[in-house]
Order: sequence, then C-alpha cells, then structure tokens
Amino acid sequence: MMIQNVLNGPKTRAALTLGAAAVALATLGARQQPPQQPTPAPQQPTELSAVIKNGGGAPTRLAVPSFIALTNDAETAAIAKTIGSVLWDDINYEREFELIPRDAMATIPASKSFTDVPMDRWREIGADGLIVGTVEKTGAGIKVQVRMFRVATGQSAFGQEYNGSGANPRSYAHTISDEIHKQQRNLNGVARTRLAFDSDRDGERMGGTIEQRSTKEIYIADYDGENQKRITVNKSLNITAAWSPDGRSIAYTSYRHGAPSIFISNIFAGTMEELTKTAPSTDPKTPRASDSNFLPQWSPDGTRLCFMSNRDGNPEIYVANRDGSNVRRITNHPAGDVSCTWSPSGTQIAFVSDRSGAPQLYIVGADGLGLTRLSVGESYVDRPTWSPPPYNEIAFAARTTSAGFDIKVFDFASSQVHALTFGEGTNESPAWAPNGRHLAFSSTRAGKWQIFTVGRDGKNVRQITRSGNNYQPAWSK
Amino acid sequence: MHTRLAARFALLVLLVLTFASLACSRNKPPVARPMPPPAAAASTPPVSRPPAPPEPVAEPTIVPPEPVKDDAISSASLDDLNRNSPLKPLFFDYDSADVNAAGQAALDGNAALLKKYPTWTVTIEGHCDERGTAEYNLALGERRAVAARAYLVSVGLSADRLRTVSYGKEFPFDPGHDESAFAKNRRAHFVVTAK
Repeated sequence: MMIQNVLNGPKTRAALTLGAAAVALATLGARQQPPQQPTPAPQQPTELSAVIKNGGGAPTRLAVPSFIALTNDAETAAIAKTIGSVLWDDINYEREFELIPRDAMATIPASKSFTDVPMDRWREIGADGLIVGTVEKTGAGIKVQVRMFRVATGQSAFGQEYNGSGANPRSYAHTISDEIHKQQRNLNGVARTRLAFDSDRDGERMGGTIEQRSTKEIYIADYDGENQKRITVNKSLNITAAWSPDGRSIAYTSYRHGAPSIFISNIFAGTMEELTKTAPSTDPKTPRASDSNFLPQWSPDGTRLCFMSNRDGNPEIYVANRDGSNVRRITNHPAGDVSCTWSPSGTQIAFVSDRSGAPQLYIVGADGLGLTRLSVGESYVDRPTWSPPPYNEIAFAARTTSAGFDIKVFDFASSQVHALTFGEGTNESPAWAPNGRHLAFSSTRAGKWQIFTVGRDGKNVRQITRSGNNYQPAWSK
Repeated sequence: MHTRLAARFALLVLLVLTFASLACSRNKPPVARPMPPPAAAASTPPVSRPPAPPEPVAEPTIVPPEPVKDDAISSASLDDLNRNSPLKPLFFDYDSADVNAAGQAALDGNAALLKKYPTWTVTIEGHCDERGTAEYNLALGERRAVAARAYLVSVGLSADRLRTVSYGKEFPFDPGHDESAFAKNRRAHFVVTAK
C-alpha cells in the first residue's frame, strides 16, 4: 500500500502548533454552538492547529460515515462500506474519541465527494470532527483518499491517499486509524497489530502410543480477531507463542520431537529455526536428548530470548541469543523457576518461582545477578508480563478462588495492585498491547477457553476467538 | 518348518492379545487413565509361558538382542503395551512434586520391570490437575517427572533409558472437575517408547 500525504507543508507545520490554536478554537466547540453559522474566533491565528478537540473540554466527538464509492460498481461500494465501518471500530477501540453512533450518522445524507459534505448537518448532531473518505478503482487495484475535517470551520486537518490492492479493505481502515491517532493525539494505535495464540480448533489428534490427545497449533489474527490464520501444521502441542519485536517472527514451544523445544517461525519469510537445538542422535531408540525447553519471551531489542529449561535437571530460567548461541543460566534453585518476562530496558527479567512454597514473583538482572522478590500480596501468581513504556507495570494471573484466577496489574510507581477481571470464569496468561492501553488474556467466561482483550482500566472487554479452545495470547508490536 | 511354526505361534499370541485388549477397551473412555494390569498379564505371570505350540522355536537365541521373546509383555506391540501398561503411574499431592510412600511402591515395581526388560526405553510424563495456571504447571509437571526419574536412577536404573516430558495440564486423564479427577491427573505417567 502506497501512502501519500495530500496536504502540503503548511499543514504539517500547523500540526505542531497545538496549544494556542486549540484555545482560540475553544469558543467554537460544536456541541455548545447554536446550529447557526459559527462566529469566527476574534483572533484567528494565521497557522491553524490541525488537532481537533472538543471546545468545552468534553471528549472530542468524531463522525466516521461510510466511505464514498467513486467507481460505480458493487465491489467498490462494498469496499467503501467496509473501510468506513472498520475505521469506526478501530477508532472506537482506543476510546480516545467519542464516536457519533451509526444510527445518528444515518440521518445525514451521504456525500458524493469531498466538496458536497453537509458540514452544517454534521454540526447539528454534535460532531467536532468528521472523517470523509473516497474509494475508486484504478488499473492495479484501488485508490483510497481520506480527509479529516474540523466541522466547525470545514477546514481539513488530515489528508492521505493510499494506493494498493483491494483484496483486504480492512487494512486501509487500520492504517488510517493508526495515522489519525498518531497525528491527532500522538498515540500509537493498535489497529495494525496482531495477536498470536494456540488453539485446538482443528480437532486433530496426536500420533504416537497414547491416542485421543488433542493437538494445539499456533494461530494469528488481526487485533480485532479478523483474518485468523494457522501458522503451525505439525499435529503436536504448539503453545506459548511470543512475537518478535519486529512482528515478523513467532517463537513458541513445540512438542513436535516429543520433548518440548523452542522454535521460531519467520512467518513472512516462510522459514523456521529451532532455538533450543540439541545434537540429534543416530540411535533410533534414543532419538533425542532429554532436555525440555518452554515459554520463550523476546528481549525488547529482539536479540535474545529468555525461556525455561530443565537442561540442568530442574526448571530454571535461561537466556540465549536469537540464533540459539550463548545460552546462559539465570536462576539456580531446586524449586521450579518459570514464566520469564523482560523489563522494557532489557536489563531485568521477572519470573515466577515456588521457592517460598507457592508461586510468587521475582526479579533478577538479565545477567543473573541481583535477585529480589516482588511481593504483590497474592497467594499464587503466574505469567508475569512487563508493560511497555511509558507505563511501568507487571500484569499477572493471580489465584482468587480455589480453582479460579483473575488478571491483575502491579504498578511499580505506587506499589499498588488492581484487578482487571473479577471472577468471570477463570482468567490466565495476560499479554500487553504494544501501547500499554490494552491487554489480551485467555478466559473461560464464555464456556470454552477463548481469547479476550480488555482496556487497561478493565473496561471494553472484547471476545477475539470463538472456535475450539484458545489459549495464551501474545500481542505483536 | 521352524518359520511356519513360529508364525503360527505369533498369530496365536496376537489373537490372545487382541481379545485381551478388546475386552479391556470396550467399556473404557478413550483417554488413557490408571487401569488395572491387563487380563493377559494378570492371568499369565511374565515368567510363565502361554500355552505352547507343539514344538516351540528350537533356537530362541537366533535373534540376539531380544532375550525374552516369549511372554505376553515382551511380545506386545508398543501401542498395546502402553494401552495396558505394566508400568504403574504414581500420584502426587496438590502442588507437590514429592514422591510419597505409595509413589515409591509404584516406582519400585516399575524399577523391577525395567530391570527385567533392559532394552526398554521409557518416557516419564509429568501431569498436573487443572487448578494451576498453564505456565506454572509446565514447571510442576517437569518436576514430577524429574522426581520419578531421580528415584529410579537412585535404585540403579540408567538415566539414559528414562526421558522426561512435562505436559502441564494439557492432557488430563480424567476430564472431571472434582477432587477425585484432580487426584488422578496429578501424576507421573510411564510410556514405553522403545523395546
């Protein structure tokens, strides 16, 4: 997809002048404004802000109607409708803007181009900003143009043009949503991110001497659950997926050789590597060395992975380079050490150990030095996940009933713990979105195990999977 | 003709085993779970022979690496063997990887059997009940399997024959959600992988 900024220099500069212009525009707040012609601000600045905010300090209200099909055929009309609808969902997901409801938007006559937008009607239903887009067929695919208008003045605050294939219209909406969030709020939206998880949905069975054991394979999906695709095809257990920071590889635990080992699938290159490779045996009776390796997690710079291994006779945390070389042992205790996660700087690793008698959180330097226990006041804690900046938090699953877990978050700044789930089913395996504003987790609240996402405030719970059982989500950068 | 007699004998053993396994499997759920020794093994101690054909194989040492070729256990296929395994599972207390007295008794029996069949290679699977989290249970299952292996090594078995694998809570033997199911699922389970 090619992207062009259809607005020129002055608009880019204008985007940088936020404060003064926003204050000047405060009197133009559309919701407080009578539906007549708006009074121009007395001191109209020469450079207008491109940032649209509600003048009264209320949430900025955004209208995102269906895109306009400039080519008169059913396919273009369908693409235009999809982009508008998905863009509405994408922007709504971050909850940075208040979206004008779809039924309210339906009362306003559809535009045919950027020039016949009935700005007064959008003002009447209280929109501060309006996104208008067009779709037309080109020789190679489609051209999508989008503009974001300040409803009070009709001024364009954002404009882009995209050219590419019409095969996945949703991707245009995801890109537009992320760019609008970035330009309007300096926010890294998650509309183009993906989830990975493992699933038994195919109902396949493992081979070998014990029958009726269900397989699990790694799947990926868009952040909203669309475009679910199977990644692994080896009919064994494939679990605990982890995205590389560049979003191009997935590390996971696979039992394809019998003993669990860590593999890295480079999903765009179509290649695979084994991180924890042991020398193959030539004797068919002892096909493989006995050590097991589980639960990989990438360092923030993608150069190393931490994981759990029994190679020295007991579950301990290790770190290896991306190519499997230079394996270093990080923990050393006869209890079980498991579930590692990297600090955002890559200098520390948090993990779970039952050395105190029950699974609890510990933090150690990535060099294995400076072990400390992180007391979070819970009886049983697992799967810590360190937040991305700017937050400094660790999410984890905590036992809250005899057989039930909830997702909780420890905040280093306040040393406080707060819950994100409240006993609806059992809830495990939290994973932060790359912007720290959402988490994915697995839950039995809908019957079988399914993947859900939730806002960092515990609101906006969305079910992502519906087929089979699905576990242990990972969220791409 | 030795080969024809041997073939007939093998067919007979196969039939006995087939009936035995059919009889055992008919009323059982399809998942593997603790079960009594197979009828064939129970009624026929490993040392005694099944009803012999008129003229047994004259030179039983023709195939050198398999010393005991003529009892039900050693002649069973790996699949049949694991379906009605003579190797006993051992069970663990909640959130524990310690081998208790009953577990030691089971391991002593398994050790005797593994000494009797020195070519067998075994995988010890560590399993957990569903009340723990998926990740922690991978470590707990690992420690259960390792504990069982350590005991067997301490009574003289070669560690090379004993592999471990943790399945955490991935494969419960009893799909129930009560303590009786949980107790069955907290186990180290033995699978013969080569003989």
